[in-house]
Amino acid sequence: MTDVSLKLFLPLDSVAVSLGADDLEEALLSEAGKRRVNLTIVRTGSRGMHWLEPLLEVERDGVRHGFGPAGAADAASLLEALVKDKAHPKALGPVEEIPFFKDQTRLIFARCGVIDPLCLEEYEAHGGLAGLDKAIATPNAKVCETVLESGLRGRGGAGFPAGVKWKTVAGAPLSQDGADQKYIVCNADEGDSGTFADRMIMEGDPFLLIEGMAIAGLAVGAAKGYIYLRSEYPVAARVLEAAIERAKEAGLLGDNVRGSGKAFDLEVFIGAGAYICGEETSLLESLEGKRGEVRAKPPLPALEGLFGKPTLVHNVITLCSVPIIMAKGANYYRDFGMGKSTGTMPFQIAGNVKYGGLYETAFGVTLGELVEKIGGGTMTDRPIRAVQIGGPLGAYLPPSLFGLAMDYETMLANGAGVGHGGVVVFDDSIDLLEQARYAFEFCVEESCGKCTPCRVGSVRGVEVVDRIKANIERAENLELLNDLCELMVDGSLCAMGGMIPIPVQSAMKHFPEDFGVKSKLAAE
Amino acid sequence: MDATETKLTAIMEPWVGRTGGLITALRSAQEAFGYLPAQAEAIAAEAFNLTRAEVKGVISFYADFHREPKGRTVVRLCAAEACQAAGGRALQAAVEKRFALKVGETSASRDLTLEPVYCLGLCSCAPAAMVGERLVGRADAGRIEEAIERESEAAE
Repeated sequence: MTDVSLKLFLPLDSVAVSLGADDLEEALLSEAGKRRVNLTIVRTGSRGMHWLEPLLEVERDGVRHGFGPAGAADAASLLEALVKDKAHPKALGPVEEIPFFKDQTRLIFARCGVIDPLCLEEYEAHGGLAGLDKAIATPNAKVCETVLESGLRGRGGAGFPAGVKWKTVAGAPLSQDGADQKYIVCNADEGDSGTFADRMIMEGDPFLLIEGMAIAGLAVGAAKGYIYLRSEYPVAARVLEAAIERAKEAGLLGDNVRGSGKAFDLEVFIGAGAYICGEETSLLESLEGKRGEVRAKPPLPALEGLFGKPTLVHNVITLCSVPIIMAKGANYYRDFGMGKSTGTMPFQIAGNVKYGGLYETAFGVTLGELVEKIGGGTMTDRPIRAVQIGGPLGAYLPPSLFGLAMDYETMLANGAGVGHGGVVVFDDSIDLLEQARYAFEFCVEESCGKCTPCRVGSVRGVEVVDRIKANIERAENLELLNDLCELMVDGSLCAMGGMIPIPVQSAMKHFPEDFGVKSKLAAE
Repeated sequence: MDATETKLTAIMEPWVGRTGGLITALRSAQEAFGYLPAQAEAIAAEAFNLTRAEVKGVISFYADFHREPKGRTVVRLCAAEACQAAGGRALQAAVEKRFALKVGETSASRDLTLEPVYCLGLCSCAPAAMVGERLVGRADAGRIEEAIERESEAAE
């Protein structure tokens, strides 16, 4: 006979696992066995406070209390404290009262870290499926209209109005061969460094993505969906596969979605290690089993996408924003944010930062608030010198621009972009010339090779930067570098070659001394 | 058909006609053999009704596919920006020194392969690495060595 029963919550999220969550679970179970404690550990998603991971939680009087960062070495003392309700040095108090968490507006990540990601009953009890049920009861055209009215824009980086895409796919004529197929494709090839929102939501609340895709499928008339997942995300793959299985069993996917009489089915496709497959046309090629070489646009994927059929391609977070828009209405969603950037964005604070993690808030938060106030500055306690926003194709910005609001228009006006919402912090040891070189180097590695400006331009870019570094005809080579960037912007087929100049030129503009233009020259 | 070819055919054929089937078939073959045997190209071409050039094009395009066996433990060090910001370059240098191996190389004993990876989505606890199937956040050379030991223990 056991004496006490105890239920704990521990993330299965990749971050928690990478910091020892599995070891902690094992140690807790072993200690519980020794103490005759009947222990249940529910593996959840992560709350996004990654400096506290592994973050162990217990529920007391309906409130979740946290302990972290908790390692296997803490297992015995934690169990002792939990069973006897005693103090523990790792105790954090109520998790949702921690300022980093409390100050967020969690529309998308509302359930992440709270529920068992694979429990459909809990998903529903926490507001899940309300959006799908409402969508089923609403005419398709009205569903597309609601998405348009919400102002939701593509969260993958381009920021294109989602509702416009929905209407295009919904209105796309079916092919003449009678194959009346349309597709929903979820772009889960989250390759940008500094971003992990897609991974977190897929690991922590996979039914949300399934629900979003089902709403999209029913609304635009697509019976089949694919999630294109990168191979670097094995945990997400396992959770998604299991969730899809359960969704099928529960009639959430299949021939008769939630009794609607309409069919929608879903499959996970695992990529094979190519950054370019995050570009939608490259992704579609890859999903067809081919080399991930980009296609020229037009035709738009909305009209001729996967296998030439009308295809709605969206990023994970875009699709995950849909259920709440349907459940609570376009106006509810649109009231968050500013200007043409409506709703919330899960910003990801990463790199050299004290309080790294995921912070969901309405558009309009300033860059400085994100990295200094919320992120707490650098973990090396040195001054921040630069942040890069939106991955390898994003701009490097200096602290003098920390007053800028994080919204699509403000960032664009300043030569930057929100991208997928990732913000990477660098301290004063960063060399921007080195980062510019890396941008080209990355492009050499990851270019699909189809167009010359990107394939050859990136190689030339590395060479030119190396000449600047070696102080060979510096002024001429700086000019050449700008010319090259211009050519890549104008001549590249897709955003890869077209945007690699952004990190390079923003580095040159805001940190000229690293290119030997001002102070460094004088010092030499 | 020799044994390898028979096995390759059996692994790949179920994927014919599936969406993106060639890529999944190649991955399955690679998982079974640890690498893509030379015969994989011709077998896949036959099964999927493609030219060998088309199959070769796919294999060479994706970083995950490799035609040579790797080390028993593969250590993937993240080389992307967020990890650079948090000491990734120094970590790479330290790991290369400790194992006397450069990133991109496999040890002569075939115990270890070091390779770069561009983002594991662990950017908030950088630098990050993946040792076999094991994720390592806030990595240092010591934690990577420990993970290698645990991976090889698990394999035995």
